[in-house]
Amino acid sequence: MTRFVLGRIGFSTLVAVLLAFFTLPLLWLVTAPFTSNPTYEVTVPDFTWDNFAAVVEHPYALPSLWNSVVLSAGTAALVVAFAALAAYALSRVRLPGRDALLYALLLLSSIITGTAAMVPLFQLAVELNLIDSQFGLILILTGGLLPAAIFMLKDFVDATPQSYEESARVFGASPLQIVRHVVVPLVRPGLATIAVWAVANVWGNFLMPYLLLSDVRKQPAAVITYTLYTEGGQANLSMLSTFGLLYSIPVVLMYLFVSKKYGFRFHGGIKR
Amino acid sequence: MAQAISPPEAPKETRTGRYSSDAAGLGKARAGVFVAPALLLVAAFLVFPALWVLYLGLTNYRLTGAAAAEPEFVGLGNLLGAVADPAFWNSTWLTVQFVLGSAVIGQVGLGFTIAWLLRDRRGPLKRLVEGLVILAWILPGAIVSFLWVALLDRDGGTLNALLGLPGFAWLLDHPMLSIIVFNTWRGTAFSMMLYGAALSNVPPSHLESARLAGASSWQQLRDVVFPHIRGHILTNLLLISLWTFNDFTPFLLTAGGPDGKSEVLAVHVYKVALQSGELGHGAAVSTIILLINLVVAVFYLRLLRSRR
Repeated sequence: MTRFVLGRIGFSTLVAVLLAFFTLPLLWLVTAPFTSNPTYEVTVPDFTWDNFAAVVEHPYALPSLWNSVVLSAGTAALVVAFAALAAYALSRVRLPGRDALLYALLLLSSIITGTAAMVPLFQLAVELNLIDSQFGLILILTGGLLPAAIFMLKDFVDATPQSYEESARVFGASPLQIVRHVVVPLVRPGLATIAVWAVANVWGNFLMPYLLLSDVRKQPAAVITYTLYTEGGQANLSMLSTFGLLYSIPVVLMYLFVSKKYGFRFHGGIKR
Repeated sequence: MAQAISPPEAPKETRTGRYSSDAAGLGKARAGVFVAPALLLVAAFLVFPALWVLYLGLTNYRLTGAAAAEPEFVGLGNLLGAVADPAFWNSTWLTVQFVLGSAVIGQVGLGFTIAWLLRDRRGPLKRLVEGLVILAWILPGAIVSFLWVALLDRDGGTLNALLGLPGFAWLLDHPMLSIIVFNTWRGTAFSMMLYGAALSNVPPSHLESARLAGASSWQQLRDVVFPHIRGHILTNLLLISLWTFNDFTPFLLTAGGPDGKSEVLAVHVYKVALQSGELGHGAAVSTIILLINLVVAVFYLRLLRSRR
């Protein structure tokens, strides 16, 4: 009995410590935006909206959020489209060297990271005139995400039965029609997963836009955040906290949406 | 998810000919066209940079100046130069501390602990803990690093207020400890979810019989649970080591400072190549990072294969 009680106490203490550890850093993000002239201290907010007004007036804050939307949506669209085509073809057609290609893709996606490739990517962007080009950045980000996306999607396509495609073919549908009207609806959950994964990746990406976009009007929220607190050495706390909150809300909403709809769990591949 | 297609009840013709998985009749040529755009982008922005980094590492390329216009081939000079640079070894050692401390001990330890504590629970407490841990993982890096700057601030920071240590400068006096704890906080979610999934695969009957035989919690863990999830542990260790090793986020917290005391390799490359403009030297360091990544990744893939 004492063992049981001790166990309960131990469990509660551990959970309380864990909750504190994971909550503490977040407190500032939910209090400071609603406090006038916030400091680093976490205080009970006086519920002012002035900070939000300041963010709206800032010349680069809201546009940078829009830039983040453009970059993530653009990258997600390209990743989904190209990965879907490639995954379907690789799943259904035995192209020569397919297995080697898949193995190479998986290897590439894990070894070539922004850290290792930042020098040549910067150079490449200079040579191709892609510095300060959002489209160029989208292409570069897409190239980085594609291998893993193809891999995850191929799992989805492999798991879908081929009988629908066969029937559609019997009725005289062309291969492209089959892919568009039969395969895409079948793997839609897979496409959604890839899209969300790509958006989350790009939304938080700091290094690539920091390297490749120097025009402040084109920079996404990740980079603008950083400029808000290094400018002149003094961090503009009311601005930063409020902007940070606005910048965080979309990912939180996306997480809630995904976990409600699909359950936030692992898919194939990673698990074993 | 319900699909909006009702398959036509086609009279199932027994098609003669070899069985093929190419149900839509795509054919090799069109399949090639389907794969082409993806491969093109991967080749241009992933394979080519990797090869180029190998080449750049062999030149004295600089961001500005004479060597920017006509880089010279210096062979293994950069590589040797990079390895002879005490700053490189300092960074390597810091990276080892960072990976061991925050990934292997921090994230795996904490992730497993949470998964183990919550294994049999349902309901709001589990959702709350998991939700908070995952929140730390999905928030943008630029924001969470600033939240930690606020938390650790020497004057008004929440941590010093709680500990009663006003004026204690965590980021200046203990930069490595700061980024290690930060990265543990940031990345535990992945390990927690992976072990959560792994623990749900451990047959409850095995645990039950161990308990009946009088095994303590630790004995149950060691003799029943660990053998079952050994594969997951290895997967987890390799992936998060790889990610932590390549993580650039410490830069946002300490910018490598003070005096390079938290300059892990990812930050070191950035500083050498783009802040000092020595692209060749930076590329040589990148080459070393690529090689280490390659070793870890090949090891991981072999492991996956042997388990299939």
